[in-house]
Amino acid sequence: MKRLRLPDGRGYFGTFGGRFVAETLVPALEELEAAFRESLKDREFSSQLNHLLSEYAGRPTPLYFAENLSSHAGGAKIYLKREDLCHTGAHKINNTVGQGLLALRMGKRRVIAETGAGQHGVATATVCAKLGLTCDVYMGEEDIRRQAINVYKMRLLGARVIPVTSGSRTLKDAMNEAIRDWVSSVRTTHYMIGSTAGPHPYPWMVRHFQSVIGREARSQVLKAEGRLPDALVACVGGGSNALGLFAPFLDDEGVEMFGVEAGGLGLKSGKHAATLSTGRVGVLHGSRSYVIADRDGQVKEVHSISAGLDYPGVGPEHAYLKETGRVTYTSVTDREALSAFHLLARTEGIIPALESAHAVAFGVKLARRLGKGKVIVINLSGRGDKDIDSVREASGA
Amino acid sequence: MSRIEERFRELKERGEKGLVLYLTAGDPDLETSLELLLCAASSGADVIELGIPFSDPMADGPVIQRAFMRSLGSGFRTKDAFRLVREFRKYFSTPLVLFGYVNPIIAYGPTRFFRDAVRAGVDGILAVDLPLEEWEPFREEAVKSGLDWIGLVAPTSGIERIRLIGKKSSGFIYVISVTGITGMREKLPAEYVKIVKSLRKETSLPVVVGFGISTPEMAQEVASVCDGVVVGSAAVRLVEEHGKNKEKLLRNFSSFVEKMKLGMQNGVV
Repeated sequence: MKRLRLPDGRGYFGTFGGRFVAETLVPALEELEAAFRESLKDREFSSQLNHLLSEYAGRPTPLYFAENLSSHAGGAKIYLKREDLCHTGAHKINNTVGQGLLALRMGKRRVIAETGAGQHGVATATVCAKLGLTCDVYMGEEDIRRQAINVYKMRLLGARVIPVTSGSRTLKDAMNEAIRDWVSSVRTTHYMIGSTAGPHPYPWMVRHFQSVIGREARSQVLKAEGRLPDALVACVGGGSNALGLFAPFLDDEGVEMFGVEAGGLGLKSGKHAATLSTGRVGVLHGSRSYVIADRDGQVKEVHSISAGLDYPGVGPEHAYLKETGRVTYTSVTDREALSAFHLLARTEGIIPALESAHAVAFGVKLARRLGKGKVIVINLSGRGDKDIDSVREASGA
Repeated sequence: MSRIEERFRELKERGEKGLVLYLTAGDPDLETSLELLLCAASSGADVIELGIPFSDPMADGPVIQRAFMRSLGSGFRTKDAFRLVREFRKYFSTPLVLFGYVNPIIAYGPTRFFRDAVRAGVDGILAVDLPLEEWEPFREEAVKSGLDWIGLVAPTSGIERIRLIGKKSSGFIYVISVTGITGMREKLPAEYVKIVKSLRKETSLPVVVGFGISTPEMAQEVASVCDGVVVGSAAVRLVEEHGKNKEKLLRNFSSFVEKMKLGMQNGVV
């Protein structure tokens, strides 16, 4: 399990990662890292976590053979890892359950979070309701508009949704605002980052909590097919559902992996969020990774039809996996994602999140390319209820 | 001894405390920004802290965020900071440090950034999102180029970190007065007094306290336990208020700097 030994003690995956934050936050990150390390050795913690994951979050999720989608593609067999069936409708709950237990362990009774599509916000609010923690969620004004249903859900769950009006009013600005809150409230507050991004130990910790996806998928596909899959496909915004699926397979050399970024209106249009495909190395939100920025390092506004992928950074481990060539990163456009959204709805009766629809769009192309006799697993990271309005708008209905 | 340390030595000999005055480069535009720098130096600022704007300033409050946006909105490029300093150096030898976030430094190329900074007449670097663990190789390169590396200490820093930061910094040490982001406050918790005392045991470098200091009275109170104070958001706020009326801006700004400097000294002279 060579690759899973990363990050190193300073939070680096190769040259990516680290802890680029104001001095004020460093002791809190050290405290969090120590609590997380201890929890890894603590049987009681893991039994609490496993209990919540199975009885509360609804794990394990099925690995579903999408027969109709496979025959539509006319090539490899396509399996869908059904994270959309998790409680709250996306993989995000795997991480918030884990971090919620850690917050309790550290005696921090207030939780803050950033959210883009609102999935992580809902998952955070849910776990806070369950564990009796106070919850404030930062969300860009633009995303509040796009994801009205999730905003209402968070409020129902007792969370306060704080609109962010700075910058592009999306995920990146929500994260800036959450970090600013944390700088001031760090002694009593846990910051629940929702992706494999941010300063060490977040990229490592979130991968750990999400890798339950890949562990399950690995044994499920072995059971169904008697062998490992030929390829894995997942969408990449910050990168948590992708790393959750990929991590347990990283040392299986025969398994190809594809991370699908948001191509927006096309890479040449400049209106996209394909950070690994087009960005440069830099520091955003506490770690060294790829960033979409201008030549002076000013972070640019990005675009995606899916709020969860609308982010100009990406988790540092993805930068490392790109650099080492272990994972291939590609992108699909808004339009391709939309048509995959409809395709999955019509062929399988599953309405995917627009984020996950990116993975489906590429997965169908890949299945065709690989041909018969091959097996691929697509991470269906979330369900699409939250996107119905956006899709209706985009389809002109 | 660097120009910064020299300045604090002079101040000490005169029984004065140092006023470190923060301004954002290019706010509201390059020309006005230069005039503000000159005005700061002629009105009594002992050290200038010049901020390089960044699109995502996680450690800054709304006043400095908006200043960054004004500057970037007016077309500011990183290289303009060096132009500003070169112009400033034609008139004043006041020590000047650059404040900023690491991403623009990485994009510019750290080696080139520090070299151009020295050539322009910059004396030190203050990188807010580089904590101790990430100092190298930036610090080493900056110091090799002839720059001071100003370490930041926060109320949350434990004694071990305070010790290391004290030992490895140069120029001065910047003590963050509050657990929070930049911005004016009406009162400061007394935590900084303890931090300054701990630092005194570890280093003979000047110790400066910043974040939240907005009035001459506050400046005086804080300065009574350290070697100087940083005034930032309160100064930047004037730019925001009077940006369009340059004459009024410079007049008010100049009298603000004079008042802060005078106010600080009253307790000790």
